[in-house]
Formats: sequence, structure tokens, C-alpha cells
Amino acid sequence: MSSTEETIHHAHRDDEGSRMGMWLFLFTELLLFGGMFLAYSVYRYMHQAEFHIAAKELSTLMGTLNTLILLTSSLTMALAIAALQNNKKVLSLILQGTTLVFALWFLINKYFEWSAKYHHGLFPGADVLMEKSPGQILFFGLYYVMTGLHGLHVIIGMLIISYMSLGTAKNKITADNHVRLEAAGLYWHLVDIIWIFLFPLFYLIS
Amino acid sequence: MNNNAADNSVSYLHYKGKYSGLKAWILSTDHKRIGLLYMVTMLFFFSVGVTFGVLMRLELLTPGKTIVGPQTYNSFFTLHGIIMIFLFIIPGLPAVFGNFFLPIMIGAKDVSFPRLNLLSWWLFLAGGIMAIVSVLMPGGPVDTGWTFYIPYSVRTNTNVIPALLAAFTLGFSSILTGINFVTTIHRLRAPGMGWFKMPLFIWSLYSTAWIQILATPIVGITLLLVVFERLFGVGIFDPALGGDPVLYQHLFWIYSHPAVYIMILPAMGVISEIIPVFSHRTIFGYKFIALSSVAIALLGSLVWAHHMFTVGMSGTAMFLFSLLTFIVAIPSAIKVFNWVSTLYKGSIQTDPPLLFALAFIFLFSIGGFTGLIQGALSVNMHIHDTSFIVAHFHYVMFGGTGFGIFAAMHYWWPKMFGRKYDFKRAKRAFWFLFVGFNTLYFPMFVMGWLGMPRRYYDYLPQYQVYHVISTVGSWILVTGLFLMFKNLVSALMYGEKTTEQNPWGGETLEWSTTTPPPLENFAVIPVVTDAPYVYKDNDVLTQEDTH
Repeated sequence: MSSTEETIHHAHRDDEGSRMGMWLFLFTELLLFGGMFLAYSVYRYMHQAEFHIAAKELSTLMGTLNTLILLTSSLTMALAIAALQNNKKVLSLILQGTTLVFALWFLINKYFEWSAKYHHGLFPGADVLMEKSPGQILFFGLYYVMTGLHGLHVIIGMLIISYMSLGTAKNKITADNHVRLEAAGLYWHLVDIIWIFLFPLFYLIS
Repeated sequence: MNNNAADNSVSYLHYKGKYSGLKAWILSTDHKRIGLLYMVTMLFFFSVGVTFGVLMRLELLTPGKTIVGPQTYNSFFTLHGIIMIFLFIIPGLPAVFGNFFLPIMIGAKDVSFPRLNLLSWWLFLAGGIMAIVSVLMPGGPVDTGWTFYIPYSVRTNTNVIPALLAAFTLGFSSILTGINFVTTIHRLRAPGMGWFKMPLFIWSLYSTAWIQILATPIVGITLLLVVFERLFGVGIFDPALGGDPVLYQHLFWIYSHPAVYIMILPAMGVISEIIPVFSHRTIFGYKFIALSSVAIALLGSLVWAHHMFTVGMSGTAMFLFSLLTFIVAIPSAIKVFNWVSTLYKGSIQTDPPLLFALAFIFLFSIGGFTGLIQGALSVNMHIHDTSFIVAHFHYVMFGGTGFGIFAAMHYWWPKMFGRKYDFKRAKRAFWFLFVGFNTLYFPMFVMGWLGMPRRYYDYLPQYQVYHVISTVGSWILVTGLFLMFKNLVSALMYGEKTTEQNPWGGETLEWSTTTPPPLENFAVIPVVTDAPYVYKDNDVLTQEDTH
């Protein structure tokens, strides 16, 4: 059924394929969070007033600040890729570093937020929280799990970007071969976009 | 212009790479070696799962205690379920035969991401080890059933967390395989191989891979949430903390129903390969079979709540899920119709692979029809959670997918290893399997209909006769399994060596390369000009043009 002939169809490097694989992976990440967003919608529908009250405990200021930080870090990441494509290696490295600084800043804010909640006794299993209504317990359960898993993704993103910076510095990621940095960028935008949904759903419903 | 020229005169089994010994296998990024790694691990876990199954049947031989106590019995059916589903049936075809044959059948040298492929296997192994650890750790093996239903799964003191993490890790491995396969099928098809020139096994793997990608993350997060709930007392599903156990069931089945299509679709693909080859006839309705795989993947994602007809959903929801359940049967029926039509007036050659394929059609049809019986709302109330459902899904999963895996083994074994197995012994094993299977599972339909609940340790004396028949069936089935694997394994060691490229007269690409295949699959990448299954050379009934 088939004739054979010499061909160079199968080049070893396939940037288009790598991008496709990354996008498929991002779908799975979206669905992972999708499960939690689904749980959130069901419970918020069941306990609207209690979600509203519980959300008052969160600091809108902190949330807004973190949103700004993360959005800006997405910009610096995109610029880092553009810089590398234009053969500006040092600029790209600086921008990748800036992204990392923003990411760290985000986590530090998160740390202060969580520890403030902890001091108010608003953590799973604490008496103060357990005395509250079921809707509020659920709100904080979801808050910790969803922002916690998002925080984990920030950390993973930081590790990936650090690895990419190393690759850039060693000239393994270059203007001609930057698909890995692009994939890291896509991942970072995903982290960003999930936060864009988390922010209004937890901070802006009070 | 074969730029990375590998030595293509040596088979993948003997190729010397960077590593030697065991490392040459467990660190290999060759899709064929990874496929075999999966096969060895999968068969190991299969034997463990079978052992639990046989012990469970033995316990049910008499009412009350036969060999073990109720707590151990609960662990038996839980571990049997977890192992068979996550470690045998899900990876069975895609990870073993998909890995081995997907690149070859589309004329590629490897999958798109070979290193990721190896990582998938390592994750699979890690998940399997975690499952074993959960059995051995203090606290006792998990006893929740493979479904981990809330609230029991947050209350029991057994090792639920390691079991959940095992399932999560195995899910991750499955996702990575899915990503790899979708990308490979999109990017690496040989020149000339358009979508409708792909073999049907590839179509089924493609649909399966999408389900793996889209459905698995949901169960991943659901299981993680149960872990958080157990570890930190986070209120998500536990009703004591305001949660809703029914929401857990929804999230669980949003994955786990599509997952049954992860299990059955590749088996349907294998059958679509075997039927035309052994009836020497062009497959009937190629496009319908190809697209019905996609239809099953789509519709199968919308029927999950038919597992939950007794939890108290709204009438509208019940009606819709029941309707969709009936609709999803249509694409499966299309396939069965097309297989049978392919056989019609073919020149049929009843070699072992075809026997298994025919058994698949027979058993899968029984499994499918009894599924429809349960999809009807009123009947479902009567047989919900009885052994009727146990019989149904074993007919589909074991009679279907299990026999599909055996069919694939007998079909591709000579190609994979360059050794012939004994046909007579294979056929004898087949009859043991077929008779044993029906003796084991058919009585479950009857006693389920009469009211025997599933997962029960004890039962009323009037059910004993069915339990005895069923347990005897399990012994026949195990004999068949033993005979079959003995035959296949001894073929590896003593079987007649063969380098015959195309022993069955197949028309797909794996038959156009040497036996066993070389490291990069083809000496030169083939150019595809024809649709698969066009039996020009066999001059038997080739009128059907598949375009």
C-alpha cells in the first residue's frame, strides 16, 4: 500500500509540536482548576449570603496589589521572550529576573495574608472557624485550597523560569531556539489568568 | 537523507545504545521498549488484581465467613478495583500497544516527546508502588471501594491517602501519555497519510488521548481535595463541615465515566484492525468507525450522572442523563454493525487473534445491552448497586477490553518479538477463558436481578447456587489465563524464530517493516498513497472503496 522514498519529513526538532504539547498541557491545568471552580459555583449558589459575609475577612487591598504584581510579571515575561527573539540576551535575562522578583513579591504578600488569617483563627480545624456557618467554612476551605494550589503553581513557575534563565545564560536557549522559553511564558500566563479569576471570586464579592 | 542515521539492520530488542543491561530498558526513550516496560509492569499488577479477585470469589463461595473476615473482604474488592482499573485496564492498550504501534502505524520514528514518554512510565511505576505501599503500611489496606465515596473515605482509618495519591500519580502519567499521543498523531504522520488514511486503531487512540487529557485532571483534583480534607480537615465534601457528598460523586464520575471509554475505545480499535485482516476484506464503513470513536469520546463525557440515579437528582436531570446514555450506545452499535458486516462474505481465517476478536464482539454486545437496561430509569432503581452492575461492567471491561488486550497480544506478539506462539495451545486457552468468563459473570446478572447487592460480604442462602457457579467459573477463567500466558511466555523463550514481515497479510504500516522492528522503525520513512485495509493483493472481495 505504500511506496518508500527518501524524505526529511521527520526532523528531530519540531517547535510546532512542542507548542502544541504545551497548549494541551495547559488545557489539563485549566481543567484541574475547573473542578475547583465548579465546586465553588455550586457552594456559592447554595450559600450566597454566607460567602458574602466570609469574603469580608479578606483584604481587597492585598488582593488588588497582588493582581497588579502578577499582571506586570506577565508583561515582563512576554517582553523577555520578545527580547530574546530580537537577539538581546542580556535584556531578556534582566526581564526574566524581574519576573522572578515579582513572583517572589506575590508569594510574600500571600504569606502575610495567610498568617493574618491564621492569627484570627480562620484556618481549617480551628475553633473560631468551626463555630461559623457551613457556608463560611466552605468559603475558607475553598479559599485555602484554591489560592494554595495557585501558590504552588507560582512556585513551580518560578522554578521553570529560573531553569530557563540558566539555559539563556548558557546559550542553550537562543534567538533561533527559544521554544522552551515560550512554553515557560505560556505557563506563566496561565498562572496569571487563573489568578484573574480567583481574585474577583474571593476578594470582590463582599 | 536520513539525518540521524541509526543502524536499522538491528532490531530494537538488540540495539546497543548509551546504556546496557537493565538500564538500557528502564532509561530507554524508544517507544517500543517503553511499551514493553509498560507491558511487564501492567501484567505484574494484573496478576495481583486477579489474585484479589479470585480470593474475593472464594470468600463468597459460602454465606458468612469462608476464608477471611469482612474487613479483609472490603480491602479485597477495593484493591481489586483500584489495581484493575488504574494499573491494568487504563494503561493496558494505550500505554502498551499504543506506545509500541502508534508511531509505527503512522510511519514515524518515535512519539513527539520520547523523554516525556519515559517519564510517564516512571510515574506509572511510582503510582503502582504507592498502591502497594498503601496495602503494606500500618493502618490497613484501603477499604472504601475504588470510588472513594465521601463521607466514608474521610472517616475510615485505613490508608486512604497513599491510595488516593497513587491514583493521582497514575492519572498524571495517563495525562502525559495523552498529550504525547495527540501531538504525535497531529505532527508525525508519514507523508501522504491524511486523517482518513490512518488505521482505525490510531483513530481510537486519538479519541482516547483526548479523553485522557480532558477528563483526568478533574478526578485528579477531586482526589487531591479528599486528601486535603483528610490531612487538614478542610471543608469541601464532608457534610459535617457543610460539604456536599453528592458533589463529590458528580466530580468523580465526570472523569470516571469517560474513563470507561479510555478503557474500551482502544480495544475497539484493535478489533477494527483484526477483523479485516482475518476476513481478508476491506473494512466496512471505515469513516463511520473512525468518527464513531470521536462521537463516543464526546457523548461519553456527558453521561456521568447515570451512575447516580439513586442519589436524588431532579427529574429533568435524570431524564436527560438517561436519554444521553441511550444515545451513546449508537456509535458503539455502529461499530459492531460494521465489524459484522466486514466478516460477512469474507474469507475468514479463525486464527487465535480472530477468536479473541469474535469473543470481544459477543461479550461486548451483552455488556452493552445490559448497560442500556440500567440506563432506563425505572429499571435502574431495581438493580442499582446489585451484582447486575458488577456483571455488566465486567462484560464490558473484561469481556471487552480484557479480551481486546488478549487479542492484541496474539495479533502483534510475533511482530513484537520475532517469535511464533503455538496456535493449538492458544486456542485451547481461549476456550477456557471464554467458558470460564461466562460461568463467572453470567450468574451475577441473574442474582443481581433477584436482588443480590454488590460488595456484600454475606448473603441469604437462596443466592448460594449462583455464587457457587460463579466461583467455579473463576477457577476455569484463571486456568485459561495461566494457559494463555504460559503459551505466550514460552513462545518468547522456545518459540520458533521468525523474521516474516507480514504473517497475517495485514495492510497497515507495521507489517511493512522488518520483524522485530528496527530502532527507528523503518529503514526509510514510508510514503502513504492508499487508505488502509485495501485488499488489492488478496483478490477477495475488494469492491468497497473507503473514500
